[in-house]
Amino acid sequence: MVQATTEKSSYRTAFDAMQSADEHALPAWVLRLRETAMERFEHIGFPTTDVEDWKYTNTGAIAKGAFAPVAAGAGEELSAGDVGAFLAPEASSRLVFVNGIYRAEFSATENLPAGVVVADFAEAFAGEHESVLRSYLARPSDPETDGFNALNAAFLREGALVYLPKGAQATRPIQLLFLSAPAAQAAAVFPRVLVVAERESAATIIESYASAAGESRSFTNAVVEVFVGENARVMHYKVQRESEAAFHIATTNAKLERSGVYDLTTITLGAQLSRHGIGVRLAHEGAECWVDGLYLVGTGQHADTHSLIDHSSPRCASHQLYKGILDGKSRAVFNGKVFVHRDAQQTDAQQSNKNLLLSNEARVDTKPQLEIYADDVKCAHGATVGQLEEEELFYLVSRGLHTDLARNLLTYGFAEELVEKIRIESIKQQLDEAILNRLHARLEV
Amino acid sequence: MLEIRDLHARVEGKDILRGVSLTVKRGEVHAIMGPNGSGKSTLAKVLAGHPSYEVTGGEVLFDGKNLLELEPDERARDGIFLAFQYPVEIPGVSNAQFLRLAYNEKRKHLGEEELDPLEFKDLLKERAQIVEMDAALMSRSVNEGFSGGEKKRNEILQMAVLEPKLAVLDETDSGLDIDALRIVSEGVNKLRHADNAIVLVTHYQRLLNYIVPDYVHVLYKGRIVRSGGKELALALEEKGYDWIKDEAAEGQPSAVGA
Repeated sequence: MVQATTEKSSYRTAFDAMQSADEHALPAWVLRLRETAMERFEHIGFPTTDVEDWKYTNTGAIAKGAFAPVAAGAGEELSAGDVGAFLAPEASSRLVFVNGIYRAEFSATENLPAGVVVADFAEAFAGEHESVLRSYLARPSDPETDGFNALNAAFLREGALVYLPKGAQATRPIQLLFLSAPAAQAAAVFPRVLVVAERESAATIIESYASAAGESRSFTNAVVEVFVGENARVMHYKVQRESEAAFHIATTNAKLERSGVYDLTTITLGAQLSRHGIGVRLAHEGAECWVDGLYLVGTGQHADTHSLIDHSSPRCASHQLYKGILDGKSRAVFNGKVFVHRDAQQTDAQQSNKNLLLSNEARVDTKPQLEIYADDVKCAHGATVGQLEEEELFYLVSRGLHTDLARNLLTYGFAEELVEKIRIESIKQQLDEAILNRLHARLEV
Repeated sequence: MLEIRDLHARVEGKDILRGVSLTVKRGEVHAIMGPNGSGKSTLAKVLAGHPSYEVTGGEVLFDGKNLLELEPDERARDGIFLAFQYPVEIPGVSNAQFLRLAYNEKRKHLGEEELDPLEFKDLLKERAQIVEMDAALMSRSVNEGFSGGEKKRNEILQMAVLEPKLAVLDETDSGLDIDALRIVSEGVNKLRHADNAIVLVTHYQRLLNYIVPDYVHVLYKGRIVRSGGKELALALEEKGYDWIKDEAAEGQPSAVGA
């Protein structure tokens, strides 16, 4: 515990420096919110494996990792060309952050429909949408919040605001790109995203995480909140392909109003340790969500997904499909809870987690859970862990396919159900490549 | 082309083939018949190299090469094709995708240019006519949700695309209604020519009305107990397998002809 205490104080040092630098630059509520969060973090620290929710994911390496919160300066040598490789060409507007710091020169916000705001927090704090931030961010802190969430709030400074006023339709996707770049000391970055979709609005958000340089070691601790108003529709892609030396901790929370639709697809390819906590609250009647994802990990990687889908109103529907592909000596955790409150009659909840182990050294811990207090519901859940089917493999090789190609083709087939759901061609392609990168043949037909 | 000498094989510790010898020449069609459990499908699987089947004795030469030393994919690229009795479903992999990969693996093996998706599409369209296969089935996952007849037609389509030297059709007639049987058989007949050979594994004589074999062999308890011309199949149809069993029990040597 001595180690953890030292780390806390290094975050404290950076925190105090940030607070005094921002003293006159930011609204007082931000400084207060940060102070409260910092105190909370110092009180609870990073979660340990003694906590049920973190039983399978040891974050000791983060606590001991000597990561430094970045104030400015790192990654300045990045060129537009370097960044270009990570941009989704489908998006017409984007915010780019390097080591957590907003970079206007790589960003584009001029192609937005009337009324739609895509702004970094510095701009938003200073402008007319400060009240939006205040009303959504300055809430009393949730006592359930873990140390990572508290630390993210303590370092609340840079972030992205996507605001869709009533009826606004952002037809082209909006990309939020968080790049990590090599820094003097391994960087700790605290991205924060707030999406507010007012009634009858619609948008597609691509949230991407990547490492600009090969094996850079970094610690990303992101918190994303999505508010889906009445009859609003938000499509949300989260694509994480940070370096295999990176640590990636992320929280995505969404709240849906009456007949709101939220469709989340997460793609996890990178990081040595990643953890994605998802909370979707179907708060009002008729709301519907999809919470789908694919994790594809190899030797030395650990990917953890924890989700809670909370049916608190009647006649809501949730659909969850998570697929995992584990190669080499890798590990994955899936823990998905669907909670149906007593009043949430006529809930339709489907949850499934399927895992494919490509090696005998891979391991997955999966735990889908249903907790139902209503009596008129349609709920189903299940989990599978399997290997490539020998008969399928033989069928393919008996047609002349080399064994490696046959294995990759079956792996591709396993993932296809999720890949085909993706509406953004560039994400689809990245994923095809990731699955097939050991495969010499191209598979488009 | 194919020479099987005193082949012994077992599966799950049980001896199934107990000394099969068979010679197949270019341009010939051989039918292997026999009661259930006689080892017909085992013979087909062993030729294709299924990993669950262990060869315990004998040898198999294919164009002079020791077939048993080759991996299943090598056998396929060298020109052996097994039409499965129960074609396997491959979720998430489209039929066209799979066929093109298999076709191109073979082209590479022969040192030929691979076909791109568009070129292959034309080839596939042409070959699909051989088994009257619906184009919609090409973009569907391999065999997934196919009817029994569609699965068997898909096997013959694969044969049409891969153009094997030796095709082993394992109970291709099972589960087919009369129309599907006609389509599948006509497909096989179109693919039959002087340079390839076909081994039909079947329980019933019915298929042989459509695909007329040059030779018929009866497999019983892991051995070929009788060989003859197509008339042997008719005799089996008429008399059943019991007389073969009785003969075998009496230890009579197998004679050619019915």
